[in-house]
Amino acid sequence: MQTLEQTSRRNFMKIAAAASGGLFLGFNWTNSSALPVVVDAKSIAAGSINFNSYLSIGTDNIITIVSPNPEIGQGIKTAFPMVVAEELDADWKQVKTVQGNLDTGIFERQVTGGSGAVPHSWERLRKAGATARHLLVEAAAAKWNVPATELTTENGKVLHKTSGKSASYGELAEAASKLTAPTEVKLKEEKDFKLIGQSVRNVDNHNIATGKPLFGLDFYKEGMLFALIQRPKAFGLKLKSVDSAAAKAMPGIVDVVTFENSVAVVGKSTWQVKKAKDALKIEYEKAAELESTADHNRIFTQLMDNGEATVRRKDGDVDAAFKGAAKVIKAEYQCPFLPHSPLEPMNFFAHVREDGVELVGPTQTPERARTEVAKLTGIAPEIITVEITRQGGGFGRRLSADFVIEAAHVSKLVKAPVKVVWTREDDMTGGTYRPAVRYRFEAALDKNGTMIGYKLRGVGMNSGNSTREDNFPSGSVDNLLIDSVEHKSPITTGPWRAPITNFLAYAEQSFLDEVAEAAGKDPVAFRLELLEKAKKSPVNAIKYDVDRMIAVIKLAAEKSNWGKKKGVFQGFSVYFSHRSYVAQVGEIVMQKGKPVLKNVIAAVDCGIVINQSGSLQQVRGGVVDGLGHAMYGNMTFKDGAPDQSNFNGFRLIRMNEIPEVDVHFVNNGISPTGLGEPALPPAGGAMANAFYKATKQRLRNQPFVNEEVFKGIS
Amino acid sequence: MALFKLSINNRAYDADVERDTPLLWVLRDNLGLVGTKYGCGIAQCGACTVHLDGKAVRSCVLPVSAVGKAKVTTIEGLSEKGDHPVQKAWDEVDVAQCGYCQAGQIMTAAALLKEKPKPTDEEIVSTMSGNICRCGTYHRIREAVKVAASKTN
Ligand code: FES
Ligand code: FES
Repeated sequence: MQTLEQTSRRNFMKIAAAASGGLFLGFNWTNSSALPVVVDAKSIAAGSINFNSYLSIGTDNIITIVSPNPEIGQGIKTAFPMVVAEELDADWKQVKTVQGNLDTGIFERQVTGGSGAVPHSWERLRKAGATARHLLVEAAAAKWNVPATELTTENGKVLHKTSGKSASYGELAEAASKLTAPTEVKLKEEKDFKLIGQSVRNVDNHNIATGKPLFGLDFYKEGMLFALIQRPKAFGLKLKSVDSAAAKAMPGIVDVVTFENSVAVVGKSTWQVKKAKDALKIEYEKAAELESTADHNRIFTQLMDNGEATVRRKDGDVDAAFKGAAKVIKAEYQCPFLPHSPLEPMNFFAHVREDGVELVGPTQTPERARTEVAKLTGIAPEIITVEITRQGGGFGRRLSADFVIEAAHVSKLVKAPVKVVWTREDDMTGGTYRPAVRYRFEAALDKNGTMIGYKLRGVGMNSGNSTREDNFPSGSVDNLLIDSVEHKSPITTGPWRAPITNFLAYAEQSFLDEVAEAAGKDPVAFRLELLEKAKKSPVNAIKYDVDRMIAVIKLAAEKSNWGKKKGVFQGFSVYFSHRSYVAQVGEIVMQKGKPVLKNVIAAVDCGIVINQSGSLQQVRGGVVDGLGHAMYGNMTFKDGAPDQSNFNGFRLIRMNEIPEVDVHFVNNGISPTGLGEPALPPAGGAMANAFYKATKQRLRNQPFVNEEVFKGIS
Repeated sequence: MALFKLSINNRAYDADVERDTPLLWVLRDNLGLVGTKYGCGIAQCGACTVHLDGKAVRSCVLPVSAVGKAKVTTIEGLSEKGDHPVQKAWDEVDVAQCGYCQAGQIMTAAALLKEKPKPTDEEIVSTMSGNICRCGTYHRIREAVKVAASKTN
């Protein structure tokens, strides 16, 4: 059993061994002012290391960095080392990335979610690279007996131009490891970046394309058993009795165990276990309301008018504004629950023993997983290890720890190493959905078409605050009221890529189009007018950068040739989320009398773009995801049970349904912000607003394909 | 249980499993060939695509007893060094996000190009639309198939 310290050392020693000597730097993720330090082998062996991540330069010229954040497809495992390599002037071909395991002693914020990893670590990664570079230059200066100022670095080498001398980092690594790290290092100017801003391919491409075992579901360990869990078929049911005799008698079955409301079938292979699970005879009883979609619609209507709302933001006097308005516009928008559907379903490996717990699998929150398993087993977190695998998508689902706790539960009961596998049906019907929400928007216009009042009420199913009260247009309207009502439902919900804004952005951007039309204004001009107002006379706190928002709007308008294309129906949408700004123009053309979304032009401000290739993927993928779920995503319920359980009933977007996505990044030199989520929220609005231009019909409910106007079109 | 003799990636394998076990689970659980992925189990997503005598099939709905003497190729055996034109195109175009669907995408594309070395855009889209990519990498999948086609003679 590895202790926490042993694990971190094991990680480090793996690198040390691979590099066979050289320069080792420990650097700190916790504190951006803490400096990287040179680490010597003795202190590692003594376990007295106190740093957060590792960078090593081996005598074999291999540069290794540990990327602590879980990789779920957002490209972090490529982007992080790029930042280090940039400041180091490394030869990218010599850089290796290692996925760090959970180590709270070493890594901080080892979470993938909220598009937060890059903003968090930008400075630290750069300092680590620059410090290593500084030490290598010092080592070369001493070796050649020349002033360090005469030396330059390039492509993994230190060069002395006057004498023509050069040495690779590998050759200098040993000498550099004897030096003390500087207390201050100079970071590059953005204009000198060579690697950052380039297109760098995913570091795992080869392993992915050749089918290497990278994912949690691929993990196997000698003696490991497989388990499938039967969970209640409807939200609101609890377990009454289990007859597992038939299941237990089936080939390959080792045990059937029950805990809480779950029945786990454990055996030698997934298929055998699946068949035995189907042979379970289980009775359930009602523990809470068994809600159907029809109930939700009724509850929405009731709470919209009579719910006890929590005020989220209040500016000015809305009542007076609406009383004195020349025109009032009002509309409601609604979205259903959505499963996350990562293509790799939930799964986790656990081996619970008396002397510790071994956990392996795909999780976006390894630390939470460990804390929860410690609580469940009573085993100290220090002797619980978490190995993070590559993950076949997350979309927020892997932020929860339920699937890790279950695996530990089963392993504890059967006293064996177990991998719990979820079938697609288990995954889709297993809960933690994007909450269903209904919004009511109201706007008051004066006789000049200026928006003098704005109201938004969100009613959501287990949604917490279903609004984002400080986002645009807050700050640009004198009189504003934003509140929310929550219905507590037995149907479980959780964060879903771009939580809340994944639907709110579309609803708001579509509504603002309705208001612009009522005001007789062009949608782009209308938004710019509001932002000018927010800039000149802001109403209370503004939490977004008005200039950056204006810049993406203008860029999208320019790149799409807004309003000037013949035969093309354009729809505009802009949103600020997760610290980034994205504007999108959807373009619909009529084909055989049907409106078809042909293009989406996206203008994106996420600060400095680290990896062009990866960033382009995130934006395109975000648009495709946003459109796909707006168009088709629908999860409905009957008596607490989901009506959809696999991709036959739950429709995901496919290649023949995507528009072209044309992406333009704003180049403003600002420190990078997140990109895993921000491109998704505006997509539905760009589509819906273009659709209105083409058909004069508003799409107010998701999924769009179920809207009356859409019948016969898709 | 019954013993099945399988030819996979030009190698002989024995699997002692029940007749109705889908080839997918034989590959993954019994033979340790985990490159072939499980996504839905009902022939909807294409993650489990393998070649049966060169043709793309969905191994999640193919009982092992139906394989017979057919030659099975999985992603691990598509090429010896991972240098099949489709695999190379996938790297060149930098297709993968999470990567989970990509083995199935690659196997589907390779079978298409085997049958039609120069597919039209429509043929590419209609064939590849059978495979789901939850990360939405469709633009690059389409591009990579074209790149691979341009490099195959
Ligand atoms: S797993 Fe076979 S098609 Fe989805
Ligand atoms: S790359 Fe993630 S599912 Fe396709």
